[in-house]
Amino acid sequence: MAELTIKKAEKKASTINLRRKTRLGEMIIQGLLFFSGFFSIFVTLGIVYELGKEALLFFQMLEVNLVATLTTTEWKPHIGKFGIWPLFNSTLMTTLIAMAIAIPLGMSVAVYLSEYASPRVRSILKPILEVLAGIPTIVYGYFALTFMTPILREIFGRDVVQIYNTASAGLVMGILILPLITSMTEDALSAVPRSLREAAYGMGATKLEVALQIVVPAALSGIAAAVIVGISRAIGETMIVAVAAGAGPNFTFSPFVGAETITGHIVRISGGDLSYDSVDYNSIFALGLFLFFITLVLNIISQWIVRRFREVYE
Amino acid sequence: MKEKAIVQGFTNNLNARNRNGVIWHVIFQASTVVGIIALIALLFNVINGAFGYVAYEARVDPDTLTVDGVPVGEQSKEQLVSLLQSTLSNGAYNKLENEKPFASRSREEIYQLVIERIIRPQVVEVWNLWPSLTQSDEIRATVAKDYPKAELEFVSWLTYDFISRPQTSEPLTAGVRTAILGSLWTILFTILLAFPIGVGAAIYLEEYASENWLNRIIQTNINNLAGVPSIVYGILGLAIFVRALEPFTSGKMFGIVNLTSENGRTVLSAGLTLGLLVLPIIIINAQEAIRAVPRSLRNASFGVGATKWQTVWSHVLPNALPGILTGTILAVSRAIGETAPLVVVGASTAISFDPSSPFSKFTTLPIQIYQWTSRPQDEFRSLAAASILVLLVLLLSLNASAVLLRNRFSRRF
Amino acid sequence: MAINNSEHKYVIETRDLDIYYGSFKAVTGVTMKVERNAITAIIGPSGCGKSTLLRAFNRMNELNASTSVRGEVTFNGQDIYAKEVDPVEVRYRIGMVFQKPNPFPKSIYENIAWTARIHGYKGKMDELVENALRQAALWDEVKDKLHQSGLSISGGQQQRLCIARAISIKPEVILMDEPASALDPIATLKIEELMQELKKQYTIVIVTHNMQQAARASDYTAMMMLSGEGERSGTVIEFDDTKVIFTNPKDKRTEDYVTGRFG
Repeated sequence: MAELTIKKAEKKASTINLRRKTRLGEMIIQGLLFFSGFFSIFVTLGIVYELGKEALLFFQMLEVNLVATLTTTEWKPHIGKFGIWPLFNSTLMTTLIAMAIAIPLGMSVAVYLSEYASPRVRSILKPILEVLAGIPTIVYGYFALTFMTPILREIFGRDVVQIYNTASAGLVMGILILPLITSMTEDALSAVPRSLREAAYGMGATKLEVALQIVVPAALSGIAAAVIVGISRAIGETMIVAVAAGAGPNFTFSPFVGAETITGHIVRISGGDLSYDSVDYNSIFALGLFLFFITLVLNIISQWIVRRFREVYE
Repeated sequence: MKEKAIVQGFTNNLNARNRNGVIWHVIFQASTVVGIIALIALLFNVINGAFGYVAYEARVDPDTLTVDGVPVGEQSKEQLVSLLQSTLSNGAYNKLENEKPFASRSREEIYQLVIERIIRPQVVEVWNLWPSLTQSDEIRATVAKDYPKAELEFVSWLTYDFISRPQTSEPLTAGVRTAILGSLWTILFTILLAFPIGVGAAIYLEEYASENWLNRIIQTNINNLAGVPSIVYGILGLAIFVRALEPFTSGKMFGIVNLTSENGRTVLSAGLTLGLLVLPIIIINAQEAIRAVPRSLRNASFGVGATKWQTVWSHVLPNALPGILTGTILAVSRAIGETAPLVVVGASTAISFDPSSPFSKFTTLPIQIYQWTSRPQDEFRSLAAASILVLLVLLLSLNASAVLLRNRFSRRF
Repeated sequence: MAINNSEHKYVIETRDLDIYYGSFKAVTGVTMKVERNAITAIIGPSGCGKSTLLRAFNRMNELNASTSVRGEVTFNGQDIYAKEVDPVEVRYRIGMVFQKPNPFPKSIYENIAWTARIHGYKGKMDELVENALRQAALWDEVKDKLHQSGLSISGGQQQRLCIARAISIKPEVILMDEPASALDPIATLKIEELMQELKKQYTIVIVTHNMQQAARASDYTAMMMLSGEGERSGTVIEFDDTKVIFTNPKDKRTEDYVTGRFG
C-alpha cells in the first residue's frame, strides 16, 4: 500500500520536471559560436570593402583615360601613366612558365603514385612531396636567385639572361606548385573505384592503358580543378617573383629579362616609404582587389567544375 | 561469316603496347626523380651558402686596442665603455646611451658595439661551401695576393652566436635573435586571434549549424578564403589594423607611447593579419577533426540527457583535440613562413632591439631572409642561407611534432 | 587467338594449385579440368575461396601485390604462370565478367570499341560492336542508343554489356564471378539463357552461391569448402557432372550442402 503511494507521488513529481528549461549558458555559448562562424564573412566583407574603397579612389584618377589603362604599356603612376600591361603580362608569363612545369610533372608524379608505385615507394614519396609543399616561398625565392638564375645564365649565356628574370622565377614557381597539383590529382585518381580498373585489366589492358585511357579520363573533373587551383596559386605567388623576377614594371615577352609582376609590385611599393592616399598607395588596393577577384573566380570555377561534372561511376 | 572477318581484324600489337608501357613508365618515374632532385638541389644550395671561407679586414686592428696587456676580447665592461667613449663622437655616444643606457647593457652587448663601431671588420670576399672545400688552396693564394691584410677564416655562418645575436648592419656580427623573437611574438597574437575563433567556427559549423542558405554561404566563404593569396591579407591588414585601428594597434589607446614606433606597424598588427590568414586553415582542419568523432559518442552523451554544449565540451572536443592541435600546428607553420603580408603591413628593415611589447616595431625571420637576399653583396646571401637553415629547422620540428601527435593519438582509436 | 583449338579437350587444367595471400594459404591443392564448350560451376559457402580460385585462372589475383601461386594452371597445355607469359595475353584469351556490373563510364559503343581497339582491332568497328551486342542478347534493346553512357541502362543490361565487352575480343574462356548476384530474378534468368547460347562458342566457368542456378545451368560442378590446412583454406572437395553432384554426391559434406542442411 505504502509503495503504491510513494510511486504515485514520484510520478506526479516527475511529470512537472519535463518542461523545457531556459539554459542561459547554452544560449550564450551558441551565440558566441555563431559569431565565430560568421566572423569569416566579416573578413571577406572587410577585404571587399577596404580594398574596394581605396581602389575606387584609384579608379577615379583613372577615369579620364580608362582606354589608355588597357592599351598602353607603361606603368608609372606618379607621372600619370597607368598602362596595366607590364604588370599583367609579367604575371601571365611567370604563371605560364610555372604551369608548363607543374602540370606535366605534377600529373606524371600523381599517375605514378596512384597506379604504379608500391606502398613502400609511396610512403617515401608522399612525405617528400609534403616537405616540398611546406617550404616557405621566400626560401624558394632564395633558390631562384642563387641557383636557378646562375644555371640559366650558364646555359643561355650571361649576356642573354639578366640577373633578374622571369624565367627563373617561373621555373621555381613550377616546383613550388608541383606538390599541389600532384596531391589534388592523386586524390581525384584515387576516387576512381577499383571496379573500373578491374574491368579494364580483366579485358586484357596493360597498366598504361588502364592508367591513361580509363582512370585519368574518369578523374577528369578533379584534374581540371587541380589545374585551375594551381593557376590561382601561381597568380597570387609573391616572394619568388619579388626576389628573382626583378623590380620595376617592364613590358616584354622575353623571359630572360627582369619584369615585375602584380604581386612583386605590391611588395616593392609597400616595402618602401608609403604615404597614405598617394597614388601608389591606392594602386596597391586596386591591384589587390584585382588579385582577390581573379583568384576567387578561379576557385569558384574549380569547385563548380567538380560539382557539375562529377563523374558517375555506378 | 562475319565472325571470321572480325577475328581476322585483330592485329598482333602486344609488343608495341608493352613498349609504350615501358616508355611511359620511365617518363612517370623520371618526373618523380625530377621532383626529388629539386628538393635536394634546394637543400644543398642553402647549405652551400651557409658555410665557407670568408676574407675580412678589420678597420682597426684589435691588437692595437690592448690595454695593459689585456686584449680587447677580454677587457671588462668598464674598460670597453671607456674605449667607446674615447673613440666615438659625442653625438654617437649619447645616441647609444639614449637608446639603451650603457649601465643596463651586458658586457657582451658592449663588446658587440666595440666590434661594430671600432674594429669594424669588413668582408672583402665570401666563398660558398663547395668551392671552399674543393679549391681551398687557390682561395688562399688569391687572398694572399689580393688582400694581404685580410684574415681568412672558414666560417659557419650558422652558429649559436648567430641565433643569439641581435640584428646589426654589419654582416659579420649580425644575428637573427631579433627576427626569431619577432616571429614568436607575432605568432602569439596570431594564435590568440585564430585559435578561439577558428575552433569556435568549426564547432558551430559541425555541431550547431542547420542546413540553410546562410550556413552554406559561410562554409563556401571559408573554403574560398583559404585560396586567397596571402598578399591580399597583407593589404587588408594594412588597411584595417595598421591604418584604421591605429589607436589600438599602436598602443596609443592604452596610453602607451612607444619610442620606437608611433604608428600601427606593430607586432600586434602583424600577428592579427596573419591570424586572419590562417583562420580558414584552422577552421577546415578543426572541422575535419570534429567530423571524425564517431556519431555513437554523441549519441551516448545525448542519450543520458546531456545538453549540446555539454556533449561538445566533454566528449566531442577532447576526442577531436589531437586533430585540432595538428591543424593548428600546420597553421602556425604556414604563418611562420609567411613573408609577403608582413612586408605590406610594414615590417621594419633596421631594428636591432628585441620586441618588448605588442606595440613594438617588428621583424620576422622570413622578412630578415628577404632583406638579406635582396642585398647585392655576397656576404648577405650567406647570412640569408644561415637564416634559412634556422627557419627550416624550426619548421621541421614543428611539423615533426604534428606528425608525432597525429600518430600517437590515432593509434588509440 | 583462335576460337576452337580442339587440340585440347580441357581448356583449363589445374594441378595441386595453392593460392597464397602473403603467407596466408587461401586455396589448397585444387586439381580440376575445365572442359571445352561446357559450363563448369564452382559452388560452396561464402568465404571458401571460390572467387580466389576463379581469379587464378586469368591471373587477376595478381592485382593484389602480395598474392602468389604454387602448383600449375595450364591453358591449352601451356602453363599460364610461366615466367615468359604476359598476363595481358592471358586475359585476352580468358575473359571475365564481375559480380557487380562495371561498364566503363563511356558510351555503350565505346565500352566495346575501346576493348577491341587496345588489342589492335583494325577492321570494321560497327560490325564488331553489333556482333558482340547480338551475341550478348542486348542489341535490340540498345541499338538506338549506342552513344549513350554505358551507365544509363539498367543493371541487367549493364551486365550483358559487360558480357558483350568480354566476348567482343573472342576469348576462348569466359570466367563469371557471381554474375547475377546483383540482379533481379528476371535479369538473372536472361543471363542464364545467354550462358546456354554462349557455351556453343565459348567455355564458361561460373562461380555462384546460388545452388539452383548451378543445378539448372551447368554441366560440371566443383564443390568447394573450407577444409584445407587447419580449416581456414579452401579446397575442392568434389568435382563431377552436375547431375551427380546434386543427386548422388560422393562426399557427405557435398550432400549436406546441396540439400541445404548447412551453408
